[in-house]
Amino acid sequence: MRVQAQIEVAAPPEAVWEFVIDPARYLHFMAGVTRWEVAGALATGMGARYRTLMRVGSAEVGGLVEIVEWDEGCDLAWTSVTGVDQRGRWRLRAGPDDRTQVQLRLAYGVAGSGLLGWVAEQVAAPTVRGHLRRSLQQLKRQVEHERLRRQAAQRRSERGVSGAGTSASPSGS
Amino acid sequence: MSATATRNGHSANPVGDGSLRRDDEDDPETDSGGSLPGRLLRALAGQISSRVPPADLDERDPDYIRESLPGLWLLSSLYFRGEVRGLGNIPEEGPVLLVGNHSGGNLTPDTTVLTLAFHAYFGVERPFYQLAHNLVLSMPGLSFLRKFGTVAASPANAEKALRSGAALLVYPGGDYEVHRPSWHSHRVEFAGRRGFIRLALEHDVPIVPVVSIGGQETALFLSRGETLSRLLGLDRLLRLKVLPISIAAPWGLNIGDFLGHIPLPAKITVEALPAIRLRDEFGPEPDVDEAYEHVLRLMQETLDALAAERRLPIIG
Repeated sequence: MRVQAQIEVAAPPEAVWEFVIDPARYLHFMAGVTRWEVAGALATGMGARYRTLMRVGSAEVGGLVEIVEWDEGCDLAWTSVTGVDQRGRWRLRAGPDDRTQVQLRLAYGVAGSGLLGWVAEQVAAPTVRGHLRRSLQQLKRQVEHERLRRQAAQRRSERGVSGAGTSASPSGS
Repeated sequence: MSATATRNGHSANPVGDGSLRRDDEDDPETDSGGSLPGRLLRALAGQISSRVPPADLDERDPDYIRESLPGLWLLSSLYFRGEVRGLGNIPEEGPVLLVGNHSGGNLTPDTTVLTLAFHAYFGVERPFYQLAHNLVLSMPGLSFLRKFGTVAASPANAEKALRSGAALLVYPGGDYEVHRPSWHSHRVEFAGRRGFIRLALEHDVPIVPVVSIGGQETALFLSRGETLSRLLGLDRLLRLKVLPISIAAPWGLNIGDFLGHIPLPAKITVEALPAIRLRDEFGPEPDVDEAYEHVLRLMQETLDALAAERRLPIIG
């Protein structure tokens, strides 16, 4: 079963990328995710592994995943090593006016589980889709907020510089 | 769904019930009579015992469990609306003794919900065994339980599982607790069985109490039927200390619960408590009774809190 969600973020792809490659941020913006821990020496990048869990129905489902695709600023994909079969992907595409189209895909299932597996995937789909949608909304809010903070900090710093210049030349006014 | 059966324990608990009882705990009578019915019943008990496979931890099949998870998830999520809390309290690795209260007659939904949650959380790669009554393991059609890691309840099997570094789930209350009357739903009733404390001390493993609620709402449990069992002589002949009486689907009046029943879809909530390391809490030589009372008190307090959250029976 594959579910996906997308959203437009008012920030350039680099700003979004900064969030999606940082495992420490996942618990803050990924809805339903109860665990996203680094497993191994590599914290991020190709080959990095994470222990993940997402609450779906009566269980926290997940397992060990590994990053298998890393296209800087564009695509990041992971696949399961243990646990429920899953393949996830972040897809970032630059839009006009410094905006980014963000897509989050998750394919999941349990190979060999037959008809019950198929039914379970269908039943779980609305919950998983809801998690993905809320995750993207939270990601958008956090990225845009972070961008505003940085812009504000830059403005403060510029004002501080110009203010210092003004005080240095009191006769200039 | 896992199951428990009516009690049939005897010396060294060869027909175990998940409770790890010792001989001296509460099985005073062992004489089974010499009449024809007595001999027949003894022969039946012998047949049952002979059907119980020897414990082989290797029968646990991670691939089978993994492929069964979606079905368990559907049952647990849709039918029992299972909710499991505190799995993070279970140590990430190494042997651990999970001690649970048990409810629901011979069909115990709390075990179903916990088994799914454990495997989904830690992965099917982590060895996890459950002790069950020998009658359960000898029943035709329930052999799949062995693939889930269910082994006959005995101190030897418990030791084997813990020595292998696995997580082991035991239900000290066993059949005494699963058949308690519905008005005892919110009580932890271990009947004084302290075997799990000795086991934890012997292997120096942490105990994680696992408290569940809702299972005793899956039927109307009227009585353990201890008197009935005694009057019929079943306690002497078959060592059946309980002959439970309940009102359950689809039978109506259900005596013995030998064929199981259709559980009502009660909401099941399970909570794992922080691990207890007995020697850290009670010193190098803990007193078994004190440790037992401590675990029991913590579990009862948690069950009281879960009961207080519950607004309506079955609905939760």
